[in-house]
Amino acid sequence: MKVLVPVKRVIDYNVKARVKADGSGVDLANVKMSMNPFDEIAVEEAIRLKEKGAVEEIVAVSIGVKQAQETLRTALAMGADRAILVVAADDVHNDIEPLAVAKILAKIVEEEAPKMVILGKQAIDNDMNATGQMLAALLGWGQATFASEVVVEGEAAKVTREVDGGLQTIEVKLPAIVTTDLRLNEPRYASLPNIMKAKKKPLDEKTAADYGVDVSPRLEVVKTTEPEARQAGEMVPDVDTLIAKLKEKGVV
Amino acid sequence: MAVLLLGEVNNGELSVDATAKAVTAAKSLGDVTVLCAGASAAAAGEAAAKIDGVAKVLVAEDASLSHRLAEPTAALIVSLAGDYSHIVAPATTDAKNVMPRVAALLDVMVISDVSGVVDADTFERPIYAGNAIQTVKSKDSKKVITFRTSTFDAAGEGGSAAVETVGVSDAPSLSSWIEDKVAESDRPELTSAKIVVSGGRGVGSEEDFKVIEALADKLGAAVGASRAAVDSGFAPNDWQVGQTGKVVAPELYIAAGISGAIQHLAGMKDSKIIVAINKDKEAPIFQVADFGLVADLFDAVPELTSKL
Ligand SMILES: Cc1cc2nc3c(=O)[nH]c(=O)nc-3n(C[C@H](O)[C@H](O)[C@H](O)COP(=O)(O)OP(=O)(O)OC[C@H]3O[C@@H](n4cnc5c(N)ncnc54)[C@H](O)[C@@H]3O)c2cc1C
Repeated sequence: MKVLVPVKRVIDYNVKARVKADGSGVDLANVKMSMNPFDEIAVEEAIRLKEKGAVEEIVAVSIGVKQAQETLRTALAMGADRAILVVAADDVHNDIEPLAVAKILAKIVEEEAPKMVILGKQAIDNDMNATGQMLAALLGWGQATFASEVVVEGEAAKVTREVDGGLQTIEVKLPAIVTTDLRLNEPRYASLPNIMKAKKKPLDEKTAADYGVDVSPRLEVVKTTEPEARQAGEMVPDVDTLIAKLKEKGVV
Repeated sequence: MAVLLLGEVNNGELSVDATAKAVTAAKSLGDVTVLCAGASAAAAGEAAAKIDGVAKVLVAEDASLSHRLAEPTAALIVSLAGDYSHIVAPATTDAKNVMPRVAALLDVMVISDVSGVVDADTFERPIYAGNAIQTVKSKDSKKVITFRTSTFDAAGEGGSAAVETVGVSDAPSLSSWIEDKVAESDRPELTSAKIVVSGGRGVGSEEDFKVIEALADKLGAAVGASRAAVDSGFAPNDWQVGQTGKVVAPELYIAAGISGAIQHLAGMKDSKIIVAINKDKEAPIFQVADFGLVADLFDAVPELTSKL
């Protein structure tokens, strides 16, 4: 079967986001960008399914600015077979909303006919946690979100999900949407030879207009502000002092 | 304007805390109707009717709605959506699974993890692991929203809303439930506890996590963990606090052997009082702590447990 893996280019998870002084957003100029960590887990899972013989082809897709082709090259270097870049924005500060992304992905699914789409459960920039569920809705497919284990069994996948109460295991008919949680796997690093090889793998370039999808936002950003900073506290020398302080505050 | 609120129902029981917090968040948007869905949901409906500020309760019972599978639950909500301007839920994993699906079926953008309501169209939500707060104004005709429960106080009791039963339309069966692995615990729930004691990689093993649990039990607290502690198998996934785990804001949060990565801070920095115990005096957790103790947690935590 074929698997589609959407990947997003986001601020690197080690970088602390800074709000622009004019309140218009988070400053992404000259900031280190990387593949969204949950999407790395999605790529890794697709590769493992391929290594197990359950998957023949892995197609990586990215929707955003042109520079997202670097993210796609990373996916190709990890082990994806080919890539599709959909240019939908010309400024990195212009985040394409999950609904629009899901609409473009739905069109690509029509063309590519994968049996499974594996996405990260959330992008660490907008923290929306929505694209996979929205794509499942648009396609009328079943969804298995927040996966910590995926087993493909014939025409279904058995997926263990991380939920508030612990773990839930469900079976979802294929074709289906899977979104990844942190414990699904540990993504591999691309080796240097594979990075070289990835440069020769096919990467198609498209635009949102090619798919006839309007990507204008439904949510107008009114402003972006810094959260209230916490007051710096005090260091205590020992446990007794700590207990005294906590009693003073009335919390123990 | 009218609000449909998806009550948090698990195995026929209402999670009153999460639901009541969402009621507080939703009240200013219009009359609140709570939907309780499940294989059995009548008792949950009765409980929801008692939440102060609830105008009406809808109970939907059908075998397909057990275990909160996303597809039938979303189909049910969409079948009811016509009457409402806002469709909302507490931002639990169940609602995060269902609500974006609802939004896409209605061709509207979901607004996740809302921490503030400005007006009927305008909402605040944290982005970038809480390093920025974005105010967004929705242009959609209907708003589909999940509320970050840690920022809203639970509505009290004292309501007596009318309870109605609603029919469930047939939805294609796309997924099925196999099993739940839920650890039974007498401890308070992480997201509603007054005190949370969390351990990180510094705890070192599942066995040694008992040190953290002993302090939690002494304080009647819930137990939390960092991602590193969960990834290493010291603690179960449902204990993870952070950007991509649970968000908590207790009266007291004690972090032991946790360095204070931004992803962890995103889940606990709104706690009233933060205590950090770490043997590295440079650990970033001290920058957000009200009280910091540089110590080996295997000395300090048992000492706390015995002296409290
Ligand atoms: C996509 C993504 C999502 C993430 N989501 C989350 C999330 O939701 N929640 C989360 O927590 N993290 C999350 N993380 C991980 C986060 O970046 C950190 O890696 C993690 O929080 C570190 O956990 P830690 O503080 O326990 O471990 P470490 O950073 O290794 O810190 C361990 C600390 O323990 C101290 N220590 C060691 N031994 C002792 C001792 N005997 N006594 C006292 N102190 C001791 C050390 O000094 C150190 O400060 C996420 C990361 C990514 C990429």
